[in-house]
Amino acid sequence: MAGKIRIRAKAKDGVTEVKALMRHPMETGLRKDQEGNPIPAKFIEEVTVSHNDAVVMQTYWGASVSANPFLGMRFNGGAAGDTVTVTWVDNTGATGHGETKIR
Amino acid sequence: MQRHLIAAATLLAALTGTASADDGMFDEYREMMGDDSPAVFVIDEGEEYWYEVQGPKAASLEACDLGLGPGVVEGAYAGFPRFFEDGGRVMDIEARLQHCMIELQGRSAEEVNRKPYSLRGDMGTEMEALVAWLADQSAGMVVNPGQSTPEEQASYALGEQIFFYRAGPHDFSCATCHGQNDVRIRLQALSNLTTHEGAAEAYTSWPAYRISQSVVRTMGWRMRDCMRQQRLPELIMGSEASVALQMFLAVQATGAEMAAPGLKR
Repeated sequence: MAGKIRIRAKAKDGVTEVKALMRHPMETGLRKDQEGNPIPAKFIEEVTVSHNDAVVMQTYWGASVSANPFLGMRFNGGAAGDTVTVTWVDNTGATGHGETKIR
Repeated sequence: MQRHLIAAATLLAALTGTASADDGMFDEYREMMGDDSPAVFVIDEGEEYWYEVQGPKAASLEACDLGLGPGVVEGAYAGFPRFFEDGGRVMDIEARLQHCMIELQGRSAEEVNRKPYSLRGDMGTEMEALVAWLADQSAGMVVNPGQSTPEEQASYALGEQIFFYRAGPHDFSCATCHGQNDVRIRLQALSNLTTHEGAAEAYTSWPAYRISQSVVRTMGWRMRDCMRQQRLPELIMGSEASVALQMFLAVQATGAEMAAPGLKR
């Protein structure tokens, strides 16, 4: 179920606003389950936002970000119909990917 | 300086007796999130579970009758709890889904009861996802629980009795916290569930994505957790007592529009 990203991108006055909601547990590695066994760390380390093929943002996250994280950002440029892509890589090597067309 | 401001704010809140202890901060948060509640993922997952072929009878839940006929999901949630002839009792949505899993899919009662609600570290259970999807299928529909049969009326009466029944080491009833206006526990405003407005606000916003727990919680879970907070024995999902409490709230909330899955702390 992890790996899904819901993205919306909207261009207005030369600026594109991107909103992305990611499906991810963001486990810190410090918690224990009901039986007292540690829950292994699993959190997103790197998020990349691209406009068509150009990277417009790359960000490095850690275990302090909430589960199912929500990312909002703006970049200059972008027109209706362009592609916006969001990808993430977590500490276990798993990846998530989502893309949308700018409205 | 900041301490003085906080003290002044606390005093003001005490003087005005306001129940929104956080000054609407959470409403602001909700507005910022807009439609981007993580519940959207859970709703999709619930739909997948509905069509998934499972159990010894290799069947999906598509033929499940939620009260409006086999397979009718739109508006079904808003009609719970209600009496089901084939089950011989009043059921909430969770009891009904369990009934269908057992009867249609041939799964054992032990299996469907094993882990209805998420534990720490879980991303959600089948039951939570199904309830989230079904509630979404009733968004905007009017709460309309069954009250036409003697069984349904008895369920309401039982729910009312449990709601006001004081028990446990704290001598608490549901009404201790939820029977008066404008009170709160820590920063959480407590709705007065004995009024239509209070019950409607609560009933129509569950199931809900709980940010602090990262999962969708159901109304059945809410009932169970209230019992836990009162230090009472565990309330079993879909049991007569759980259904009765939900019936009591649903009848109080009758006529209100469903707005679930909501977003909560």
